[in-house]
Amino acid sequence: MERLYDLAEVLRSKNAGPLHITLDLLFPDEATYRRVADSEALTPGVVSELYEMEVEQVKIVHFDAANAIKITIPRKGPTSGAPGDRDVYGAQQHGPLLDLMIP
Amino acid sequence: MDELRVLSVCGNLGYGFPKTSLDNGLARDPHIMGADNGSTDAGPYYLGSGDQLTKREQIRRDLGFSLAAARKKKIPYIIGSAGTAGGNPHVDSVLDTMHELAKRDGHRFKLAVIRSEMDKEFIKRAVREKRTRTLGKLPELTEEMVDESVRIVGQMGLEPFMTALEGGAEVVLAGRSCDTAIYTSYAAMQGFDLGLAFHMAKIIECGAQCALPIGANDCILGTLREDHFELEPMNEGMRVTPGSVAAHMMYEQPDPYLFYEPEGVIDLKDSEFEQLGERRVRVSGSRFVQAQTPTIKIEGVRLRGYRTIAVAGMTDPRLIASLDEVEANVKNTVADMVRGALSPEDYELRFIFYGRDGVMGRPSAEDQGTPREVGVVMEAIARDQTTANAVLSLTRSTFLHSGFEGRKATAGNLAFPFSPSDFEGGPVYEFHIYHLVELEDAAAPFEVEFAQVG
Repeated sequence: MERLYDLAEVLRSKNAGPLHITLDLLFPDEATYRRVADSEALTPGVVSELYEMEVEQVKIVHFDAANAIKITIPRKGPTSGAPGDRDVYGAQQHGPLLDLMIP
Repeated sequence: MDELRVLSVCGNLGYGFPKTSLDNGLARDPHIMGADNGSTDAGPYYLGSGDQLTKREQIRRDLGFSLAAARKKKIPYIIGSAGTAGGNPHVDSVLDTMHELAKRDGHRFKLAVIRSEMDKEFIKRAVREKRTRTLGKLPELTEEMVDESVRIVGQMGLEPFMTALEGGAEVVLAGRSCDTAIYTSYAAMQGFDLGLAFHMAKIIECGAQCALPIGANDCILGTLREDHFELEPMNEGMRVTPGSVAAHMMYEQPDPYLFYEPEGVIDLKDSEFEQLGERRVRVSGSRFVQAQTPTIKIEGVRLRGYRTIAVAGMTDPRLIASLDEVEANVKNTVADMVRGALSPEDYELRFIFYGRDGVMGRPSAEDQGTPREVGVVMEAIARDQTTANAVLSLTRSTFLHSGFEGRKATAGNLAFPFSPSDFEGGPVYEFHIYHLVELEDAAAPFEVEFAQVG
């Protein structure tokens, strides 16, 4: 088992407009990408638990051309930059994914 | 026209790009130059206030170099989403800098200015005719939401840019724009494939963000041909690879295979990426599917009040362990103190505890034990600045001296790094409109005005 943070070459989050956060996981090679993509460790169910939201709100796309996985979720709090928001650019929302263990 | 060379100056005009990269780009004889100047990423403040994220000095530098380059080559130069948010004050500010530079450097050109602020009645009619749609968590648009907005802008697509270019504009300064329209409009006029043209635009609108090493603040050349396009960073220290270009299609958008524009959807499922030499990539196979009814995205903000904040640090372990108790005490005490003058709905009070759960707003599973230091940001929002200042001042002094169970450090709870400790944040806005509007004519709300400069 290895941490997702150690397997990924890029693990980032960012706004996709003021209503959504998109998380990108780029892997250094196809084998590592397939290892994560084919595992049951990173599913909409897992992500919905980590981010405390409904499973239907989580969209995961596998992107073979870039050895990458993309996860898009709605912002849970207010819209970007509204009172009560903690991350206007959405650039530090990847924290909950770091310690996910991949077989 | 067999080949269209498009030079993207950078991902956000004002962030600064190397002059040598621009010179390299010019040496390739581009047919057109473009630059994006806006985004919603920095939040609702800019649209609401009319201020710019990039300051005048930054615009002066980047626009100075790039405008001189375009005029030297006598090629059209298109700037989209002027002044961060693309509203009238934003366009006017960049326009003012442009006039100043034209005078300083002796440029003469035909200018087209395209404004993007939406008339409220125009949007309300769309609401009544059920031509608006929510894009997620916001409620469906109502006439009340339109009325309470401070400013609404629409993202213009290809047509207004084509009108400007067909009218002979040598420089186009546009309000809020689809980033792709900046770079696709000229290609569309020349009859190039729209799938390829949009895809190329989608990549180069971020400058050399798709390159290695990543460089949004750098120039990239896109060369569009009949059945493919090529990308080449203009900084000789950078290169693009099929992997870096493919990876860029994930950046800041929800789906790497599809993206939506007012005119239709661009399907990248069959796109192919091929390395050319060390530093270039060829892309083919991207497809455009026309929409039945064009839509534009509109963005609007409302005023929520005025903000005052204070920042402080804490090291006392019993205090840090008691922050929930202290927060509740402070909020209750403040509510007691203002009773009669303010009711609970007249102000908002928030505490962000950095070092505990400042970013995520909840403890992470990893958290064990008490952090050695925690920083607090106290925030008050009220209907006017004076009230926000008073509420924050009361909150800060109450927090400083608040008691809690087992307190040992009885002289004060907070280490303030600054005197004065409190900072006025000014007006606070909120995106409450981020919706699609269906239009028979997607160009209708965007007026193109021509003027001679110099």
